[in-house]
Amino acid sequence: MNSTLLEVSGLSVSFDGFRAINNLSVQFPETGMRAIIGPNGAGKTTFMDIVTGKTRPDEGHVIWGERSISLLGMSESEIAMQGIGRKFQKPTVFETQTVRQNLAMALKNPRSPFAVLMHRRTAANGTRIDKIAGEIGLSDSLMRVAGELSHGQKQWLEIGMLLAQDPRLLLVDEPAAGMTVEEREKTTDILREAAKTCAVVVVEHDMEFVRRLDCRVTVLHEGSVLAEGSLDHVTADQAVIDVYLGRSNA
Amino acid sequence: MRRSFIAQNPSVLWFLAALGLFTLVITVLSEFTGAGVIPTSFVKTLGKTLCLCLIAIAMDVVWGYCGILSLGHFAFFGIGGYAVGMWLMYARTETIVLESLSTQVIPPTPQEISDAIGNQIFGVVGSSEFPLIWAFADSLLLQLLMVVLVPGLLALVFGWLAFRSRVTGVYLSILTQAMTLALSLYLFQNDSGLRGNNGLSGLQNIPGFETTPQSAVSIVFFWASAAALAAGYVFFAWVVSGKMGSVVQGIRDNEARVRFLGYHVESYKLFIFTVTAIVSGIAGALYYPQAGIINPGEIAPIASIYLAVWVAIGGRGRLYGAVIGAAFVSLLSSWFTGGGAPPINLGFYTVQWTDWWLVLLGLSFVAVTLFFPRGIGGLFDYLVKKP
Repeated sequence: MNSTLLEVSGLSVSFDGFRAINNLSVQFPETGMRAIIGPNGAGKTTFMDIVTGKTRPDEGHVIWGERSISLLGMSESEIAMQGIGRKFQKPTVFETQTVRQNLAMALKNPRSPFAVLMHRRTAANGTRIDKIAGEIGLSDSLMRVAGELSHGQKQWLEIGMLLAQDPRLLLVDEPAAGMTVEEREKTTDILREAAKTCAVVVVEHDMEFVRRLDCRVTVLHEGSVLAEGSLDHVTADQAVIDVYLGRSNA
Repeated sequence: MRRSFIAQNPSVLWFLAALGLFTLVITVLSEFTGAGVIPTSFVKTLGKTLCLCLIAIAMDVVWGYCGILSLGHFAFFGIGGYAVGMWLMYARTETIVLESLSTQVIPPTPQEISDAIGNQIFGVVGSSEFPLIWAFADSLLLQLLMVVLVPGLLALVFGWLAFRSRVTGVYLSILTQAMTLALSLYLFQNDSGLRGNNGLSGLQNIPGFETTPQSAVSIVFFWASAAALAAGYVFFAWVVSGKMGSVVQGIRDNEARVRFLGYHVESYKLFIFTVTAIVSGIAGALYYPQAGIINPGEIAPIASIYLAVWVAIGGRGRLYGAVIGAAFVSLLSSWFTGGGAPPINLGFYTVQWTDWWLVLLGLSFVAVTLFFPRGIGGLFDYLVKKP
């Protein structure tokens, strides 16, 4: 049974009177892929900000895991340690450091300053880094400085850093932006593979990419869920056509 | 296939070798060995310069590696100097007082001795009472503990308040300036308990070594400063290499990313801020016995700004860059402001370097920032080819 990993209910948040999230309720199971689509200003990024602890909501609940703990009130780092990894829209890797250092920093290990100061490289960590580098196609680039990587490779490295955290939920913001067709295919493969063991939530504009992901889709509009189901189901929905597809086709 | 610390940081070995050679050459040429090529006053200048190099690498770690532009680290340097200065002044005054009272027929009571010492030290500010902060001044060990504890605690409390409120960038720099300014202004007051603007003086006289010539005292402090710099260099090279270095530089480059990787960024900043403050305190404790005097002007905001200038000119984000910057600029500064540089007669105007040195320094700072962001230390990148 694929039970609920993250449950968001009755979530609302306003910025200077603008309701970015309006009574949003949505659930994500423990494994599998989910795409969140919606026009600009639908609240996609704000939703991620709330789940990862960057923004505090005005009301609502964010319930996590089988022990049903609330993520509200936790700091960003505490939430990350719960197993929530977040990929930013712009690739954010540590450009002055090597791919290996980037991945080593993300590996699931004690995170206190003292533990990090006394940290020693171990064979187990090395194996883990090699495995992840293989998954993201950067095995040959481990000693390269991340700043030298191509745009697509940086995106994969960042996804690799999320995987290194042993996450239970991956929040991925527009992974395909600025990628070539081949790069997109590879990104899709990496995310699909990840979705076998954890929950992957992809926020995306690009309908072609969402179609390729071939997963359940949640449509956001003005801060709440407009429709949910397969891509064919939601694109056939009259309300969705009106607010989103209708507008973008115009 | 873990490589050794030295293999990962070849600069450490080079630095230690250069520092060792430098120390040896200066010792041989000093008045201490009888060669006398280098006068004692210049040995003191070099010893002080080594202390400035030590605080510069601390500054480089907090700014160049962790991205916190602290403009207040000289406050910690000054506190270290005051802490050791209190013992030096107390112990020396005690010796003098005991000597003068020993001629009395009736042996003086402890209270009389204490009053006489207090009168000697605080007479200049119209007081003779020992303030509470002098409670441990009679114990070298406790005062040395203060060198580490007071800067460390101040940095811990200040950093905790600032970092947990997520104060960053220029706002944090301003706060650190305010901290050092406030401390300096407080110490300027006569009732601060540290002799106001007179500061502490006579610190070059080491109690118990009154008969030892200054040539010997200066060389011992020079060695101690070199040893402290070497230890500090190795310690910080260790801190900024490996995983700690990764995280710290990650915080500099993208704080949010580090946070979302699950690291508690504030704890790391606090750790770096506090450790560098402690090292700054140690550097100050070694500096002021060589300078002989400390007063509140030493921790004026401008001192900490100079520190940032040294590190920028030397090259941020590389420890030897900070050492080069601090040594080069501070020695050049004392040459220019000490009247060593010949004035330039332009016919219609004579450039007096005591006035124009700051302009030159300011211009070089701007030029380095704009055209050579890697600083003097960046020149090594051309020498060492990457494999």
